[in-house]
Parts: sequence; structure tokens; C-alpha cells
Amino acid sequence: MSDQNAGGVDARVDITGVVCPVTFVKTKVALEELEDGQVLELRLSAGEPIQNIPRSLKDEGHKVLSVRLLDDGAYLLTVRKGGLAV
Amino acid sequence: MSEIDYAALKKGGFMRQVQKDKFSMRLKVIGGQLQAEQVFRIAEVAKKYGRGYIHLTSRQGVEVPFISVGDIEVVKKELAEAGVKVSVCGPRVRTVTACQGSAVCPSGAVETTALAEELDARYFGKQMPHKFKIGVTGCRNNCLKAEENDLGIKGGIFPEWKAGACTFCGLCVAVCPVGAIALDAVAPNAGAPNVLASDKEKPSLEKSSFEKPSFEKPSSLSFDSGKCVYCGKCVRSCPSSAWQGRGGYLLSFGGMFGNEIKEGLRLIPLVFDREKVLKAADVAVRFYQEHGKAGERFGRTLMRTGADDLKRALEEAIR
Repeated sequence: MSDQNAGGVDARVDITGVVCPVTFVKTKVALEELEDGQVLELRLSAGEPIQNIPRSLKDEGHKVLSVRLLDDGAYLLTVRKGGLAV
Repeated sequence: MSEIDYAALKKGGFMRQVQKDKFSMRLKVIGGQLQAEQVFRIAEVAKKYGRGYIHLTSRQGVEVPFISVGDIEVVKKELAEAGVKVSVCGPRVRTVTACQGSAVCPSGAVETTALAEELDARYFGKQMPHKFKIGVTGCRNNCLKAEENDLGIKGGIFPEWKAGACTFCGLCVAVCPVGAIALDAVAPNAGAPNVLASDKEKPSLEKSSFEKPSFEKPSSLSFDSGKCVYCGKCVRSCPSSAWQGRGGYLLSFGGMFGNEIKEGLRLIPLVFDREKVLKAADVAVRFYQEHGKAGERFGRTLMRTGADDLKRALEEAIR
């Protein structure tokens, strides 16, 4: 898929230090800073955050591009703002 | 006054109380739902003939305590005017419970309310060797505790993967609670296969500070359907709709959660066709009626007879 790597990462946010619902609030605030089509890199914890945040992103029209499990057990997501709105 | 027939009253939903000649009246509720008009009438009756309160039972039922034996007929009549019926107790099919299912709940994998009504229409009050409970829950979250019931029905999503739509982002691997999905990366030092897929992605990946240099873009996915628990998390989270799901019903048989505690047995795979769910329910009810001893719960019957015969009959029914 061609949109996987276009543009690289435009902003980063780490939500491993907060709990629901602040996790999604921080994610939304970070996305608001971006333009549609820009990419946010999101670092989040296993468990509830990885179960719920991507689903909420999908509901709001943002597209997860990649997911990586890190050595410390957290996940690294790249998300394209408005990537599902076609 | 003639002798009170407690057994007949219990059968008809009037439970004897500690207080002499007072009865807790169990009302019929299907799938935990009552119309507003029914609720108003129940409230009126509780004020007029009870002590002004109702009791919510553990299985979505409503009871009005402190009904006097002499008021039973008039109470039944007043309730009937608003479409409220009394329930049952004793060795028969009890209240069919249900969550709100896919009609209301975002987690719901299947419709539950109409199914509960259909099950109620078929089996409610039917004479059995012992109590027989049916519960319907819309998804794996299992709010209605399907496996506690003699017949439990639980919604599930059977996922199907469409290779063409997949971006191999890895989200499904991350959200799957049982590790049924794996992305297979091209090994970094395994000669030169599949360079097209990996080379294309390299520039952007190297920009990420978290990226390991050896990382290669996955190019295939494997799904172990034997491990799948039908939770649908892959389907709900997939950003490219590569995972599509089909809702189905997982049935369990012989559960109980009273004097004895036993989880219902999962004897057959996910059933997609609602008619087949009803066929399987028919088989289970008939099996228990034929093989259960008086006072023996379905789960006990299955322990005594073994579940193989029932399993075979169920497999036949859902074929």
C-alpha cells in the first residue's frame, strides 16, 4: 500500500504514562495539531490501551499504518490523521 | 378456607414467604425487558397489594413480595390488563435471560432480544426433570454469563482475512487476546527473497527513532482458527477492513451455578444459522427430558450419561 511510508512521522506522543480516558484525550490533542494526511507516532501500553485506542482511532476516521511491539512491552503505532476518510 | 396448594402456587410463580400466607410473586420477563406500561402497572400492584417495593432477581426477573393469598386472582387480573404475566418456578424451563445484544450494544456480535423471545415461546414453562435455565449473551464479554445456564448461547465473530486489502500493519496481531494471528516477516539475512516488498518501505522506517535496523516489512499473515475465541477484536480494529467477520452463536450445555457449580460444555463449533441454533436447542431439551432423572440438573445428567450421545445428536442437528 503506497500510503504506508509517505511523509514519515510528523509528530510523536507517548501515552504509556497515563490511563483511560486520558490516553485517548492525549491522542486526540496530538492529532488536532496535525493536518489531515500527516502521521502521528504513538507509544502506548499493552492491555487496555492497545485494545481500545486503535478502535477509537478507527471510529474517528484515522488510519493505523503500522504497529510494533517494543522490547519493553509497549507498542509503537503510526497513525495517519483522517486516513480512513476517502 | 381450603388448604393452600403451595406446589401449584409455586409452579405458577408464587413463592412462599417466611411470613404466613404471604407470597413473593415472580413476574415474567423475557430477555430483561419490560415495556414502560408494564412497569407502571407492576408499580401500582406493588403499592396496592404488596409493600410498595419490588425485588429484582438474579436472572433479570421481577418479584413483588408480600402478596396475600386471597389477592392472588385479582392481582393476576390487574397485571394481565397491562400485559404482565406471572412467571414459573420449580422443575421447568425458567426465564430466558438476554443482554441487549447487537441491536443496542457496540460490542454485540449477534441479535439477542428476538432470539430470547423465540426461545421463550418455544420452551418457557415446559416441564423438565429439574429447573432449566436458558441465557443469551451477545458477545464474548459474556455479561449474561452464558455458561452458567443449562443452555447458554453466546455471540461470536468468526473472522475471515482478505489478503488483498491487508496493509500488514500488525494491529490484529497486537489486539488478538490469544495469539491466533501472526505476521511473518521476511527474515533479514535469508538470502534475497521478496526484496520488492521490503525495499520499498525502508526509507520511512529508518526515520523512526524506535526502529530496529534489522526490521523487515511483513509480507504474509497466518491465522490459527483453532486458537480463535471469536471475540472479533481483529475485525473491529482493522484499519483496512482486511478482516471481515461473520456473527455466529456459541452454545454451551449443562452449566449450573447453584448448589453445584459447573461450566456448560462446548460441544459444537460456532453456529451461524439461527434456525440451527433452535434445532440444537430442541435436541438439548429433548435429550434432557428423555435422559434426566427427576431432580437432576442437565449438567449432572451429562456427567452420568457422558456427553457423546448429545454431541452426536447436536452435530446431526446443525449439519
